Amino acid sequence: MRRRPALVVAGCSAGGLRALHTLLGGLAPDFPLPLVAVCHTGSDDVSLLCELLARSSALPVREATERTQPQPGRVYIAPSGYHLLLGEDGRFALSVDPRVGFARPSIDVLFESAAVARGDRVVGIVMTGANSDGAQGLERIRARGGLAIVQDPADAEVDLMPAAALAQAGADHCLPLVEIAPLLNRLAR
Amino acid sequence: MARPEVEDVELDLFVRALKLRHGYDFGEYARASFRRRVQSLLQSTNSATIGELTARVLRDDALLPVVIAGLSVPVSEMFRDPPVFRKLRDEVLPLLASYPRINIWQAGCAFGQEVYSLAILLEEAGLYDRSQIYATDFSDAAIARAQEGIFPAREARLYSENYLAAGGQHSLADYYHARYELITIDARLRRNVTFANHNLVCDGVFCEAHLILCRNVLIYFTDPLQNHVLELFRDSLVRRGFLCLGTRENISFARAAQDFRAIDPRLRIFQLERLPA
Repeated sequence: MRRRPALVVAGCSAGGLRALHTLLGGLAPDFPLPLVAVCHTGSDDVSLLCELLARSSALPVREATERTQPQPGRVYIAPSGYHLLLGEDGRFALSVDPRVGFARPSIDVLFESAAVARGDRVVGIVMTGANSDGAQGLERIRARGGLAIVQDPADAEVDLMPAAALAQAGADHCLPLVEIAPLLNRLAR
Repeated sequence: MARPEVEDVELDLFVRALKLRHGYDFGEYARASFRRRVQSLLQSTNSATIGELTARVLRDDALLPVVIAGLSVPVSEMFRDPPVFRKLRDEVLPLLASYPRINIWQAGCAFGQEVYSLAILLEEAGLYDRSQIYATDFSDAAIARAQEGIFPAREARLYSENYLAAGGQHSLADYYHARYELITIDARLRRNVTFANHNLVCDGVFCEAHLILCRNVLIYFTDPLQNHVLELFRDSLVRRGFLCLGTRENISFARAAQDFRAIDPRLRIFQLERLPA
């Protein structure tokens, strides 16, 4: 019997902004978990990204702040130019270590740290994107007992990233984008 | 209680071995980033497990510098976050200009990109000849690289854009020589820089600074070590001296933060308000 999840981490790249709109738009207004996302947008202005996403989200969307604890029912976006990690005390941590697979923030870095910090209470989601970031992280999440959700590559705006995740990590659920939020709503109850 | 993961145990033993055998204390490094760096070290040293790396570093002193360099992983760029350097140029340097001698401590100088950025800033403000920059790092390998002032030519465009966005008055190319795939910073910019090994974890006050830059270093430290280093900075600064941190750093949980007032909260530039009791 799997324990109720405590944290959702999500990664997306090319096409990710639209995917996040859909994902966040489908979450229940009383969604009880923190959701932390890395989205490679190439934009320096994460606060603008948060404002845009907040329009389709019933939950508040903010840039993740170093050393703060992710709160239930809130959405956090990784700051531009930094890796975002979950510390082993559950709080956000940042690093400026080298890019991982050309990316900083890197989805793998977020996912691997979340897997270590929260083990089987993590849900990881890999969505549309044109690289393979997130595949290794998702593997680590599964290795520590967490749950893996991958957007069906056939449904993704760019299928490379979800396909890479499936190939390396497999998934507990592989489904179209519009079905991911309803699944999260059920898992979180 | 669940049995701990073997890797978590290995990581603890690795930290303990470095401390007991070599005197390097990483116990108060934030564990998540530290873990990643150790994992990168496994690849670069061809070690199968953290346990194997621990055994090797215990007996092979020649491996220690490699490990220390791998655990410091300095990444920066010249004039990173241009608005910060613009603010230093426009608002902090004019205040420092009233001192006959200006001491600046660059804590965690990595490969020196910010040291040279600072030197250029001072040069263009007409202050460099009465300034002294202390550039410190705990990695000898990083200091050696910083002293060389050689960077990949492919970085030059980014550095130049940053420089201009920071209010640079000339062309960044005036300050370096390009050869093949490398740019070499003009040695004249080093004339008032002292490079030295200093470990923020265990070393103390060594100068009276008017400005301290320590950007994206404390993000790797736990709350207690962050507070310890802020106290060290407080004790190293002159009255109303300035402290410049990375733009995403959060010091609100540190007791020593009470002694600093943000002159620009967004850019994380602070001024020492209170002297220690």
